[in-house]
Amino acid sequence: MSRYKAVVIGASAGGFELLVNLLEALPASFPLPVLVVIHTASSGNTLSQALAKAASLSVVEGVDKQTIQQGRIVVAPGGYHMLVEDEGYISLCVGERVCHSRPSIDVLFESAADVYGDKLIGVILSGANRDGANGMKYLCDQGGLPVVQDPATAVSPVMPKAVLKQCDVEHIVKPEEIPELLVQLAQ
Amino acid sequence: MGTTGREADEIKVLLEAVYLRHGFDYRNYAMASLRRRVHKVLDESGIKQIIDLVPAIWNDDKVASDFLRVMSIPVTEMFRDPPFFIELREKVLPILETYPFIKIWHAGCATGEEVLSMAILLREAGLEKRVRIYATDYNDQVLKAAKEGIYSMDKIPLFESNYQDAQGKGKLSDYYHARYDQAKFDPELLSNVTFANHNLVTDGVFGEMNLILCRNVLIYFNKELQQRVFRLITDSLCPRGILGLGNGESLRFSPLARHYEHIDASLRLYRKKL
Repeated sequence: MSRYKAVVIGASAGGFELLVNLLEALPASFPLPVLVVIHTASSGNTLSQALAKAASLSVVEGVDKQTIQQGRIVVAPGGYHMLVEDEGYISLCVGERVCHSRPSIDVLFESAADVYGDKLIGVILSGANRDGANGMKYLCDQGGLPVVQDPATAVSPVMPKAVLKQCDVEHIVKPEEIPELLVQLAQ
Repeated sequence: MGTTGREADEIKVLLEAVYLRHGFDYRNYAMASLRRRVHKVLDESGIKQIIDLVPAIWNDDKVASDFLRVMSIPVTEMFRDPPFFIELREKVLPILETYPFIKIWHAGCATGEEVLSMAILLREAGLEKRVRIYATDYNDQVLKAAKEGIYSMDKIPLFESNYQDAQGKGKLSDYYHARYDQAKFDPELLSNVTFANHNLVTDGVFGEMNLILCRNVLIYFNKELQQRVFRLITDSLCPRGILGLGNGESLRFSPLARHYEHIDASLRLYRKKL
């Protein structure tokens, strides 16, 4: 049994392609639920469909009160924050934007860290704003494990850099190394 | 961890106090977003600990009304999710048209943007005179704003672009007068609307409605309360009545789903079976 129970991923500008590659590289046997926030102009549905095509795991757009399942990837729908509830399901809200974003990476990471504590892995990919930095800090404070894309490899390094400024991160990695790292951690 | 242990207990005591003292029942709200809002109240008030909010909310009406405001921050817009309104026009209005008189309930209408959107849709379909709209919310402050039909001009570009995307028949500016930095909508649009205080959590069934719109309201409730409110909504619909939810919401996880068929599943429009 892995010591981890879930993975949360945040990505923004320059992150979509990376996310597609990452999800494509995760094997169908990947045992943890994966919750994703990506900032984009397109709707969550188009997004999750595009990701579903690439991934061998099932990819769905988050729906309020949906149960979180092993090996299922849930993408936050456009216009909503996506949060994790104690009882093991997600909830949505249309609260204020955080770092000009809804869905916000901070909101997902903080609520997931509240529920999973030190059994949570957080991944930050390329992005042009600092959404995700506070969320990752909070995740680290609860004992979760941060994984950050090496800013030198990011199209927009602002987001990974903002995280590295606030958190002590062991895993600063190239994007192509992330799937294997996640598989190892999930074992 | 955040919501377990001490903090969870403090929130429990706080919500109990709010209910006893002010009658607003947040005890069955979804915890993750509720917790964020409790922390927002803390940040705004300068009070350090959740438990210290209890005497403040008990004794100080200002803190209490700030709490209520943060808890019910309405984030809504006219013609939010334009495809939903296209579907309303193309699939739902033709059904409603078959009734001699139409009753519509906006449950949780907040500041009324969606009520106005519906009123515009009905006027453009020539149904305005045959409709009674009930617009309810538990927060008197937002109801007051909804009745006025006045919105900041800052919001109008978004409303206008949503209206165009929803295939509106004219221009949104046909329906309002701009004065300084505010847009006042044609009061005639609201002449068939009854605004009333109704709390989905603590109040009962509401008439025999042909259409109920309750969009992005149920997401704030936990599963148990959501079921109770789904039941209330189902009981408030006439046979073959129609229910519209928000994009991120679904009847799929509810035992009450069997009482409904889809008009359009992806757009969250449902029709109650006989």
